[in-house]
Formats: sequence, C-alpha cells, structure tokens
Amino acid sequence: MFRYLLRRIALTVPTFVALMFVTFVAIRLVPGDPVEVRTGERGIPPERLAEFRHQLGLDQPIWKQFVDYVWGLVHGDFGTSIVTNEKVLTEFAVLFPATIELSLSAMLFAVLIGVPAGTIAAVKRGSPFDHTVMGASVIGFSMPIFWWGLLLIMLVSERWGLTPVSGRIDLIRYYFEPTTGFMLIDSLLSDQEGAFLSVVHHLVLPTIVLGTIPLAVIARITRSSMLEVLNEDYVRTARAKGLSPMRVIGLHALRNALIPVITSIGLQIGTLLAGAVLTETIFSWPGVGKWLIEGIGRRDYPALQGGIMLISSIVIFVNLGVDVLYGAINPRLRHGR
Amino acid sequence: MKRTFTTGAATLLAMLALGVTAAQAKTLVYCSEGSPENFTPALNTTGTSFDAARPVYNQLVEFERGTTKVVPGLAEKWDISADGKTITFHLRKGVKWHSGVNGFKPTRDFDADDVLFSFNRQWKTDHPYNKISGGKYDYFADMDMPKLLASIEKKDAYTVVMTLTEPNAPIMANLAMDFGTIQSAEYAEMLLKAGKPEQFDQIPVGTGPFQFVTYQKDAVIRYKAFAGYWGGKGKFEDLVYAITPDPTARLAKLKKGECHVMMAPRPADLAEIKADPALDLKSQPGLNIAYWAFNLTKPPMDNIKVRKAFAAAIDKAAILKEVYQGAGQPAKNLIPPTIWSYNDKVQDFKYDPEAAKKLIAESGVATPIKIDLWWMPVQRPYNPNAKRIAEMMQADLAKIGVEAELKSYEWGEYRKRMQAGEHMTGQLGWTGDNGDPDNFFFLIGCNAEGKPAGQNLSKWCNKDFNDKLAKARTLSDLKERTKLYEEMQVIAKEEVPQYTIAHSVVFEPTRKEVVDYKISPFGRHEFYGVGLK
Repeated sequence: MFRYLLRRIALTVPTFVALMFVTFVAIRLVPGDPVEVRTGERGIPPERLAEFRHQLGLDQPIWKQFVDYVWGLVHGDFGTSIVTNEKVLTEFAVLFPATIELSLSAMLFAVLIGVPAGTIAAVKRGSPFDHTVMGASVIGFSMPIFWWGLLLIMLVSERWGLTPVSGRIDLIRYYFEPTTGFMLIDSLLSDQEGAFLSVVHHLVLPTIVLGTIPLAVIARITRSSMLEVLNEDYVRTARAKGLSPMRVIGLHALRNALIPVITSIGLQIGTLLAGAVLTETIFSWPGVGKWLIEGIGRRDYPALQGGIMLISSIVIFVNLGVDVLYGAINPRLRHGR
Repeated sequence: MKRTFTTGAATLLAMLALGVTAAQAKTLVYCSEGSPENFTPALNTTGTSFDAARPVYNQLVEFERGTTKVVPGLAEKWDISADGKTITFHLRKGVKWHSGVNGFKPTRDFDADDVLFSFNRQWKTDHPYNKISGGKYDYFADMDMPKLLASIEKKDAYTVVMTLTEPNAPIMANLAMDFGTIQSAEYAEMLLKAGKPEQFDQIPVGTGPFQFVTYQKDAVIRYKAFAGYWGGKGKFEDLVYAITPDPTARLAKLKKGECHVMMAPRPADLAEIKADPALDLKSQPGLNIAYWAFNLTKPPMDNIKVRKAFAAAIDKAAILKEVYQGAGQPAKNLIPPTIWSYNDKVQDFKYDPEAAKKLIAESGVATPIKIDLWWMPVQRPYNPNAKRIAEMMQADLAKIGVEAELKSYEWGEYRKRMQAGEHMTGQLGWTGDNGDPDNFFFLIGCNAEGKPAGQNLSKWCNKDFNDKLAKARTLSDLKERTKLYEEMQVIAKEEVPQYTIAHSVVFEPTRKEVVDYKISPFGRHEFYGVGLK
C-alpha cells in the first residue's frame, strides 16, 4: 500500500510541472499585457510603458520569468497581484471559502435529489416517471449555465419574488465581519437574528444553477447502475427471501449501485469549479471563479497563475485521494494489475 | 447559538413588521460593477476604484455634484498670481479626519502638511510612500503634473503655495480630479512606524462625508455617515456598495429593492426601466466623443479632398438610429455641447454620396481606393458597437468607390498599434476627465517640436491649431480661451483630421425613493447630498 501511495504521489509531480508551464505560457499568449490594459484611451508614452514593464519584471526573458515563478512556487510564494498588490495566496484564502460553500451546497443538492430520482426511475423503469427523469436530466446536462442562471433570476427572484437576486446575505439588514469566510457558519457565529436564514435564502438559486449539471449526471448514473444491480442474483435472492421492497432496494441494491455514483461525484469536482466561474459572476458571488475572470480581463498574471495552480492542486489532490481510496478498496489496482 | 434558532423566527417576523422600514430608510445601497483596486485614487485609473474612494475623501477643489463646475473643497479659496504661475490655496479650518478607522485617532485637524504629503507622494520618487502599492501615478503623469510643478510649499498651517513652471489654465480642473485627493499625513506616518504602510491604500482615512467601515473583496463595501463632516452630515446613515458585475442581475436587484441606484444599465433594458413605476431613469448627454481618425501619414488620407469625400459619404443619422438607438447625439465638433466654448456655428458635413464621388474625382486618386477601417473590439461608453458602425461605414464608402477592409485587434493591442500609426483609418473615442476643452483638444494636438503626441491618431499637426491650443492653456481669461477654442473647432472642421461620429447619452436608473440623485458628466457616482424617502 505504501509503495502504491508513493507511486501515485510521484505521478503528480510531472502533472504539476506541466500545469505550471501551461498556465504560465497560456496567459502570455493572450495579446496585451497588464500595463497596456490599464492605460485606457489616452495610451502610455513608450518610456513609461518600459518603466512599468521593468517594475513588474515583464522585460525579463520569458525563461527567466518562468524560473522566477517556479522558484517562488517551490518556496510557497504564489506571487503578488499586479492589480491590488495583495499576496495571491491571501486573496485566494479570502475568496475560496465562498466557492467551497457554494460548491458543497450544489453537490449536496445534486446528491439529495439525483440519487432518489435515479433510484425510483430504475425501479419504475419505463414508467412516465422514468421518462420524465431521463428527459429532464438530458435537458439539465445540456443547459448553458449562464442562460439558466439569468432565467432563474428573472423568473424566481424578479417575477415571483421568492428568492433574493444575488449576493450572500441581505446587506441592508445584516452586518458582521467574516470569521471563517463560510457565510453559513459566520451568520450563526454573529448571533444576529435571521442572518442564517438570509444566507440560506441567498444560497438557493446559485445552488440550483451550479447543481443542475451534477444532478443530471448523478441521476443518470444512479439509474443505470441500479438497473444493473437489480438484475443481480443477490437482489433476486433478497426478494425470494421475502424482504420488503424498500429493504431490497435501499439496503441490498442501492448500496452496491452507489459505487459508480461516488466515483462520478469525485469527477464532478472539476465540473463544479468550472461551473462556479460562471455561477459566481451571475450571482455576484465573491469566490475564486469571479476573481479569475477579472484576472483575465486585467491580465493579472500572478493572480491567474497562482489561482489556477491552487485550484488545479485541489483537483489533483482530490483525484489522488480518490485513487488512493480505490487502491485501498481494490487490491488489483494496488498491485498495478 | 441555540438562541438564534429558538427566537430567530419570532424576531424575524417582528423585524419584518417593524424594523426593516426604519433600517432601509437609513441605508442606501448602490449596485456597483466591480471591486476597487485599492482606496487611493492617485494609484488608480478605473471609475470603479474612484467611486469606491470618493465617499471617504475630498480634494482641494472639487466638481460641483452633477456639473463640471469647479468649486471650493478643502481649499476655501485660492488666488492666482498675475503671471498665472503661482496659486495660493487658503485651506479650510476645522476639518476633521475620520477617527477610529484601523485604530487611527487623529490628534489634529486637516492642514497644509496633508496637502504636501498627498502631492509629494506622487511627485517625489524619494518620498517614503512613493513606491508603496506599486507606485504608479498615471493621472498625475498624464495631466503633465511632474513637468508643470515647480514647487509646492507650506506658507503656514492653512496656506499652501503651488508654483508652476508655466501658466496653465486647466490646472484647477485638473486638481479637482480624483488624483488630487487629500490624504492624512498623520495616518500615513502611523502606519509607516507600525511597518504596515500598504494598509494606507487598503483601509482609507479621509475627511469626506462617509467614513470607511469595511470592504469584502468582490462582495461589499460599507461606509457610515461622518457626523463631523465639515459640509454637514449626510442624509442617510449607511452607504453600501453591493458589488454586482452582471448588468442583468443589477437591474433585477434594483427592481426588487435590493439596491437603490445601479450603474451602467444595458441599452436593451432602457425601455423596461422606463416602464417600471418603481424606477426613475435619469439621463444626461455624456462628456464624450466617438470619432473615426484618418491617419494623414498614410496616402491617400493625406489628401484633404479624400477626407472630405469620406465625411460626405457617411450616413451619420443612420448610425445614430441603428447603433445608438436614441442614446446618442450627432457630433459635429470634438467637444460635446455641454462643454463651454462649444462652437454651434460649425456646420456638420452633409450626407451626400454624389458630392463625395465628385470630391474623389477631384482628388486625383484613382478608384477603387483601398483602405483599412479599424473597429474597437470592446463596447465603450461613447460607442456601443464599433463593429456595426464600421460595417455601415464600409457600405457607405462602397457607394463612392472605396473598398474598406475591416480590421480589429485585442483592445490593448488595438490602442498600441493605432498610437503607433499602423492604421489608415480607425475608430476610437474619449471620455472627458475634467470638463475643460483642453482635455479634448489635446487629442489632436502636437508637441512643441510639431510632432503628433501618441493619442493623436490622425497624426495631424496644424501649426495654427497647435499655437491656439498652447496659447489657450496659458490664459486665465475665459472669454479669450473660448474664442481660441471656437476658432480651433473651425480649423478642425475644415481640415478633417477625423470624422466626429457621436456623443452618447448616459443613463442611470434609481428607485423612486431616491431623492436628489444627480448624474455626473464624468460618470462618477456621488451620494453625499442624496436622500431617501
């Protein structure tokens, strides 16, 4: 097991190196640089442009900039934002809890609805319910997030007045300094009456928007996995033993059917973070997705490089965790067969 | 924690019934577009950052809210010497600094030391704060302050003498700009001693009508009315900037009452806003210009008959109708009609394709004439759709035997290449900084050596025009300056270095309960003086 773990960790090293290189090069391939972007219609005299580029180290050869960047990363320095002059790691730490909070809510929403819906659809295969769930999941999976978000805002918030439009809390009624960055926790810590409910209320729409694609995937996978399991001998045996249908499905079938579902949840983390970029922009959610989008607009190289490296590291480590977990469960993987 | 749950629902109901109206009445929420870079305007270039710092600060002289008029700020009055080179500012006494922000307790009122600190930081490279937070003072440099300033001296605690290297009439309007913000020297010193000077630009302490409370990146900025404000306390208690980047979400929040004022509505939403009984749509001609520059260094654009033919070939009314959709007015001069010295006697080019064809024939240039026509890849306040304008121009030009190839680059690249003069013809525009005509005419001005400055995209140098431009800067008599600018508009019309397209109209929706909100010609968002019903 230990050797397997070491091998898996060693394999992440080239992934990181490739990632560092790709983020570094890709951003620089985009035309325009941070100095030009901030100059506006007035333009900038060449000597001032040169001076600023020198200050930011952009006049150094690309290989030197790359070496400096890697050297910084190795020493835990993700750089300093060109726009705000704040440390990238500090900005990330401030914004990341909002992304985590939203992503976890979205995943919870997807699992709580997707698993039962997929299970019932499998059990009632061919029924109108099954067709509805499968039809809805195709629509859900192919839904453009931006469009879906705006549609929900206009309908649910604006027309029906059921939810707030955007933000994380009612700014007029509640004010407290963030302690953890997780608004659900901070609102409870603040002891302000109604603050927690306001946070939950604000979470509803972004959760639905971000959770829609994972929900569709989970419902489909649960259904197909259940269908397979329901034909297994041990399920037939359980039925033959005279167990109640609830017990057969819930205890014997679903338990086994959930394994591929859990795998897909792991894989959805990437989808969630990608979706968060758009969801956060629509819902004025102060997370890392919105921050990265602004970073691209302003060509904030350090913020983009650092931010993407940090997010990618999280995805890589989660995948590593999943791999290790498989190794623990499945000895065949562990022995490289 | 338990108490929150047990009593939460009951209290929430009580709050809904009683407390909310009172709370809302004293809080104004502004749906802004983005996060500020920091809170020191001298370091910034974006309207979003200026808007975030403005409630906290004052300048020596300021723009009257909703106008371009320069009025006293922290300087109660000022005298300008006969040669126009010395300005003596008499500072307002008894102006208090915000207290308690970031642990700062001021021991003195605002005085001359603060003025010196604020300008010297930008000017002197050996100033302890010069390099803090990146140390880029774009506006100070762009307004030529390093060249213009000979000295800034403290005569006594409440008198500052600014000496210039040459007389400069627009200087007072320049000083009213955000880079002229006055910050606390005492607060700066405290942070320097504590080894945290960068906090100076992140946690602002000012003399302004609102005191900074907190800023959560990409979420919210909070301020509270400053009871000790020298101009009197604001009409509401709390000011909240809800950072909402998406314009559709901003409008939805405004309609639902989650904010009272929103910035930059989408043109497509204007009809809906007008129809909403809860909203008020304010509009004002923008202090801006969209133009199409002819690069005179590239033949045949050096031929005046070709330029005049192009100007006669374009159907401006169609562009206004289709692209601006009622949110623009045709531009016949470089400056908009809201700026003093606007020459209304200047006649715009008449749309006349036949006359244009004749001019081309007279020019001696063989047809088809092949040109490039650059369009900006971004939407700007003065130009909602440069590509569509380019397409319409291309069609109009085709009618007179001109083949225009449409071109565009990434925004930064676009400006760089145009400033380098790579284009034959191309669109750009300008939004005024300070309401002074000089701030527009410099766009087609040349330096003392008769070379076009970078922003002169026509690369046009007319001696008469430039002499008048330079002279107008040195005069303090408004009548004399007006006369010169009027004459310059005639020259520019005759020489056609550029084709002026339009001045856009700026729209700002507010909720009906917002009282006395005024649109700023500069696109500022100002809340002191605004009330809530």
